Amino acid sequence: MRDDKPLTIYGQKFESRLLIGSALYPSPHIMQEAISASQSQIVTVSLRRQNSVSAGDDFWQLIKDTGLKVLPNTAGCHSVKEAVTLAHMCREVFATDWIKLELIGDEYNLQPDPVALLEATQILLSEGFKVLPYCTDDLVLCQRLAALGCDVLMPWGAPIGTGKGLLNPYNLSMIRQRLPDITLIVDAGLGLPSHACQALEMGYDAVLLNSAIAGAGCPVTMARAFNYAVQAGRAAYVAQAMPEKDVAAPSTPTMGMPFWHQSN
Amino acid sequence: MKITFNGQAIESTEHTLQAFIDSMGAKEPYAVALNGQFVPRSQCQSTHLAQGDSIELLSPIQGG
Repeated sequence: MRDDKPLTIYGQKFESRLLIGSALYPSPHIMQEAISASQSQIVTVSLRRQNSVSAGDDFWQLIKDTGLKVLPNTAGCHSVKEAVTLAHMCREVFATDWIKLELIGDEYNLQPDPVALLEATQILLSEGFKVLPYCTDDLVLCQRLAALGCDVLMPWGAPIGTGKGLLNPYNLSMIRQRLPDITLIVDAGLGLPSHACQALEMGYDAVLLNSAIAGAGCPVTMARAFNYAVQAGRAAYVAQAMPEKDVAAPSTPTMGMPFWHQSN
Repeated sequence: MKITFNGQAIESTEHTLQAFIDSMGAKEPYAVALNGQFVPRSQCQSTHLAQGDSIELLSPIQGG
């Protein structure tokens, strides 16, 4: 049995291993209900031009009312300069030095730009930010980000909003094995609670998701399902799974079996 | 002078960043960038505008 350490992000400890997004819900009320049902303690937010759709105090008041830790993102940024500027603006508005660093390299699949991500991470860490980089499931990239000083890495499960689950379990598992002391969070691409469970089973510390809950037929019920899934996955990781075998082995004792070898 | 505000070209007679933002009816909470550079709120009063400046005024929104 493994030790069950709490989720730790830059020194702060959390009971819930589910980070939840605040976008795409059918209504603000359903967003509130879903966040509550998820039992998440961290919610992601962003910044957009004032007077654009939904930007402003009404939304921010709803989030503040949840009392949860806020994780601002740099979603939509395509350059280091844009991401660094937006991170500074987030720090001022949301009064936190946490930043989910998202730097898009390809518009089609919204794949993070690994080169720009490293550069922006280095700048922001030097400016006192606590960076949570959204990255691909590339081991060497993750090692470089960790070497820069990131305590937390967030490799994708699949492209944002696809709901495909963990496309490269081997890559993700290798990152877990090679970076045992880094907090790892699968971010993006999950669609089902079983995907979240799988990530936790392989030793990931948490998952971050939005579309899978907000886009469900009933977001509130799905939020509850994801909460159960991360708890089940974590418990399974702590318990340690049985070794996989290639050959069947009976679980019911064969000793004392009646009619043994009597059938033709 | 001509200013680009949140992507829209407008005319303004304001000379400081804070005065300009106030004239646009900015509502809290917000953060400001001038020509792609973050300007802390504490410096908006002392930041002077020039012809062709681009200003971004951002507020909280849903995010994933």
